[in-house]
Amino acid sequence: MKAKITITLKDGVLDPQGKAIERALKGLGFDGVFDVRQGKEIELKLDETDEAAARAKAEEMCRKLLANPVMENYAIEITA
Amino acid sequence: MKPAVIVFPASNCDRDIAVALEQATGKPPAMVWHGDTTLPETDFIVLPGGFSYGDYLRSGAMAAKSPIMRDVIEKAKAGTPVLGVCNGFQILCEAGLLPGALLRNAELNFVCRTVTLKVENSQSMFTSGFEKGQYVDFPVAHHDGNYFADDETLNRLEGDGRVAFRYLDNPNGSARDIAGILNDAGNVLGLMPHPERMISPLLGGLDGTAFFKGLAGAAA
Repeated sequence: MKAKITITLKDGVLDPQGKAIERALKGLGFDGVFDVRQGKEIELKLDETDEAAARAKAEEMCRKLLANPVMENYAIEITA
Repeated sequence: MKPAVIVFPASNCDRDIAVALEQATGKPPAMVWHGDTTLPETDFIVLPGGFSYGDYLRSGAMAAKSPIMRDVIEKAKAGTPVLGVCNGFQILCEAGLLPGALLRNAELNFVCRTVTLKVENSQSMFTSGFEKGQYVDFPVAHHDGNYFADDETLNRLEGDGRVAFRYLDNPNGSARDIAGILNDAGNVLGLMPHPERMISPLLGGLDGTAFFKGLAGAAA
């Protein structure tokens, strides 16, 4: 199965990269852009056939390494 | 004092800190590869600066899971002093030995210059070479030095005297100008500036020498 893990900064955590992107977008003439936040996406394949088992494994990976709960949230999407 | 310096792939201040420790203790520290699983006999552990694992994923994230870190965490929890400088501070946060995290610098710049710090706590073994309220100059060189923690954690750190050093002129956006913090028990210090780069008049001063001499004196 495939797991797509989206990691985003928690609300209230300063995101200078998002701010720089926002400034660049405004510089290009995109008015009305605000609250730009940059995250990351990790894709991986798992040799699991059961969706619940794959999700549990991805959860554990997020907790142990992929995300830092001090500053980040994560969302997991499992597909065949 | 029998220090051990952990060397990670892409550590780059391991030699500098070894020189500083040797200057203070009279003998070279043990250099321990991150892939080892047990530390040699040691009473002082250092996680040096650098860019372990290329700062991939998050600064310090991968190094915090290195095989040697299991023993480092165990010894830290049992009371062995641990010093983390720069990337070492990031690793200590990622390993859960210190609260909070180091985010990207607020202005996005890599900051590389000497900064002035205020010693906020001179009671710890790490700061015994200084007086409370004293100003010291250490160089910084980092991209991810913006200390972040929730307000409750910050209040607790300040209330318990666990802020060891504060920036006089905050170079990276750190919450409450924090440059270095202690753990609850006072045996773990993480700081972004580099005392090991201030150990000779040729390098700009001797505030780092005072730091390491204080350490060696407190450990003896």
